[in-house]
Amino acid sequence: MATLEHYLILSAILFCIGVFGLLSRRNAVGILMSIELMFNSANINFVAFSKFINPDILTGQIFSVFVIAIAAAEAAVGLAIVVLLYRNFDIVNIDKINFMKW
Amino acid sequence: MELGVFYILAAVIVVSGLLVVTLKNIFHSALMLILCLFGVAGIYILLHADFLAAVQVLLYVGGVTILMIFAIMVTHQLTGKKIKHYNEQPVPAGLIILSLLILLIVSITRTAFEVADKAEPMPTVAVIGRALMTDYVLPFEVVSVVLLVALIGAIVIARRD
Repeated sequence: MATLEHYLILSAILFCIGVFGLLSRRNAVGILMSIELMFNSANINFVAFSKFINPDILTGQIFSVFVIAIAAAEAAVGLAIVVLLYRNFDIVNIDKINFMKW
Repeated sequence: MELGVFYILAAVIVVSGLLVVTLKNIFHSALMLILCLFGVAGIYILLHADFLAAVQVLLYVGGVTILMIFAIMVTHQLTGKKIKHYNEQPVPAGLIILSLLILLIVSITRTAFEVADKAEPMPTVAVIGRALMTDYVLPFEVVSVVLLVALIGAIVIARRD
């Protein structure tokens, strides 16, 4: 029988993998993938708490639906920015993109 | 039985997640991301969230990752060329993330959660639909507008003019 702690630790591991990718990847698409991993770990937390703490009203699952919708919007805008960067500057590496830093 | 399935799914998720952030070829990373998202859908099924599992497969596996593969194809400069895939901070990032993970696991195991009595697994689609149309109708409409604005914005940003 998997308890709440199992799911929370799985979600913590997935979140840490996502943060590691976010901090160490150079490719912008790789960074967006890491962000998706972090969204998924948050969703696992929402659904696990929804099942184990308050199983009747499913608030956590409804929040997860909203998180998935926001993640889709984020992916669309982020990938559009990546495509635009590639077209204008011919790079997809984040550490080369520092035109707004001075 | 349930614990065994959980451990298999957790192993799939963790291994494919690690491969997502470590593989050299970004296209292989995208394929591993698909596997990882399927594993998360399995976790949802294990948690009796049937609607969310379907949404996960349809939206994430069918939508977001395909979008990412499109973006990789469009910005393809990765195969055949020797380029660095990491910036200069993977070691400090790894150390910080490891300490964050230990902190999270310690705090999770030391917290006493008030777990409710085991509820019968029930189909969730009707409950979620009713909640979205009554209690959560305002966030539902707002999130649909956000999605519309984001998609129009993505088209405007990526348009060739």
